[in-house]
Amino acid sequence: MFNKDEIKKIKQSKEEWENNALKKTLERFPERKEKFVTGSGKEVARLYTPDNLEEFDYNKELNFPGEFPYTRGVQPTMYRGRLWTMRQYAGFGTAEESNKRYKYLLKQGQTGLSVAFDLPTQIGYDSDHPMSLGEVGKVGVAIDSLKDMETLFDGIPLDKVSTSMTINAPATILLAMYIAVAEKQGVSPDRLKGTIQNDVLKEYIARGTYIFPPTPSMRLITNIFEFCFKEMPQWNTISISGYHIREAGATAVQEAAFTLADGIAYVEAAIKIGLNVDDFSPRLSFFFNAYNDLLEEVAKFRAVRRLWARIMKERFGAKNKKSLMLRFHTQTAGCTLTAQQPDNNIVRVTIQALAAALGGTQSLHTNSRDEALALPAEDSVRIALRTQQVIAYESGVTETIDPLAGSYYVETLTNEIEKQALEYIEKIDKLGGAPRAIEKGFIQQEIQNSAYKYQKEIEEGKRIVVGVNEFQIKEEPPKGLLKVDPEVERCQLEKLRELKKTRDNQKAKANLDALERTAQTETNLMPYILDCVKSYVTLGEICNVLRSVFGEYKESVKL
Amino acid sequence: MREKKIRVLIAKPGLDGHDRGAKVIARALRDAGMEVIYTGLRQTPEQIVETAIQEDVNVIGLSILSGAHTYLFPKVMELLKENNVEDMIVIGGGVIPEEDIPELKKVGIDEIFTPGTDTRDIIKFIKEKVK
Repeated sequence: MFNKDEIKKIKQSKEEWENNALKKTLERFPERKEKFVTGSGKEVARLYTPDNLEEFDYNKELNFPGEFPYTRGVQPTMYRGRLWTMRQYAGFGTAEESNKRYKYLLKQGQTGLSVAFDLPTQIGYDSDHPMSLGEVGKVGVAIDSLKDMETLFDGIPLDKVSTSMTINAPATILLAMYIAVAEKQGVSPDRLKGTIQNDVLKEYIARGTYIFPPTPSMRLITNIFEFCFKEMPQWNTISISGYHIREAGATAVQEAAFTLADGIAYVEAAIKIGLNVDDFSPRLSFFFNAYNDLLEEVAKFRAVRRLWARIMKERFGAKNKKSLMLRFHTQTAGCTLTAQQPDNNIVRVTIQALAAALGGTQSLHTNSRDEALALPAEDSVRIALRTQQVIAYESGVTETIDPLAGSYYVETLTNEIEKQALEYIEKIDKLGGAPRAIEKGFIQQEIQNSAYKYQKEIEEGKRIVVGVNEFQIKEEPPKGLLKVDPEVERCQLEKLRELKKTRDNQKAKANLDALERTAQTETNLMPYILDCVKSYVTLGEICNVLRSVFGEYKESVKL
Repeated sequence: MREKKIRVLIAKPGLDGHDRGAKVIARALRDAGMEVIYTGLRQTPEQIVETAIQEDVNVIGLSILSGAHTYLFPKVMELLKENNVEDMIVIGGGVIPEEDIPELKKVGIDEIFTPGTDTRDIIKFIKEKVK
């Protein structure tokens, strides 16, 4: 960005400044700390100047929005064309209750749906399974069969909204149910817009809702890639997620590295079964976390965009522009929310959401202030949504594209995060790729080490968390927290009994048998799963059949 | 004579996959000189109680962030009682609303540690309780 002479001059004057003005000040007023670091613990210099970007090549490193390597964003107009999708993750209790919450959110100006399923649904158990006891409807909506899904989307036109579903191991089943509901509304699959998370590698790493071992899991994922390429051209087939990796304690660099390493594994798996890289890659999407360190997070978003574009082009030879673009959803960092003085969380979320906007996110979920205490109450969710709206309509950051580009600090940080993430990816390659690195516990242990270090830093007072280890006050216990009605479980069990009495059990059985036979071959399972859900076979019944063929994953934990 | 090490079982009952806290606590207790066993995810109350008895632990630490604590914590306590285990300290952690705590203590949970807890407070609590 600067010519050699200019850099030389800047270096000279910087030295002069350091030896004179700065030196004098430091002698009289030492700095607050010996070492300054980012939120992830990366050392930060006192000042960044053009000499940090000596070799910087604008066209190579940044280029223009919508142009390779997409550092500045994936669209030529970014938020001047269209704002990000405001998408609040929601769902609890029964399908009826969640349906009401969705309608409320849409009425408040939310622009996309994001479905939270309860843990039994995510792990492939019906509500009446012994493992489901106490969990039904708790962290999301309970879905046992297509019947529940019909209720969940009742009165919501699926050709108008886009829907994101946080579902992984049983993603094929929930996608099939969504298709079936849409069909009943007269909407064909090719008109459906949305995303399924479908990222099982990060479940083994950090989130925990795995069912099957890696090989059959990868098969189900690539089955979806193939099916959607043919039937659902507007659907995001996967949301490769760094969010939970970061929540588990990873640093920004680790989040970037492990997510892209997982991404590489999915691309390799799809190519291995004979798919063309430019057929499925345009529908890959990503999901990242936004922490408190505003500039580090912005740099991270820019770095992953550039690194992924380079990986897709150089490593996989992708040609389609859409294959090179890293499109992502962001959620603000749940683990930064404090149970102490919960209203302070509104401010944290604002900073984090701002990072996502400055980083060029395609969609955003902002956490509610009360989430360290319970599921969010309705007024907390509204404030969280309003936070996005204030940033979008009042802050001014949406009026120009990638406004922090050219900042000496942000560009240096972007370069460093890209470089360090790439080093991690090379290490993972040497271990045999992400699935092997997970099996060996490498990724998990790197994350655990970071998490432990972070906790120690808080306890040693090296890291201040406002209201937790500094600026504490005596507080009254919070009121008005959302509680899931214990009746939900009873209600789900009742619905299940009724369903099994009224459906065509012969047809259900025949479809399940066909699924079981096909699971033993290499044929794509999506059409068979579709037949099952349409005949009201339950999620648990389908997963049981698949468990019997595929087996179950057992984690190995090293502390 | 060297003092016998305090033995702790850190367990994740139910289906919740959030294990950052459980793992951080496990490591902090180990660094504080305790013998720590971590169960991994998806343990039934039956499995937890069985492991606790087999491993002859002094302390059970239960971690849940899914909201299922109101069912799963009392269930663990009930099974301990059925097995005539009376001398184990049981502590809980996770996203647990203040208003649920009295009820959990009533069924015999010794202490609940909510988000933001300093691991040194947990260590101190255990060392004072296990004598």
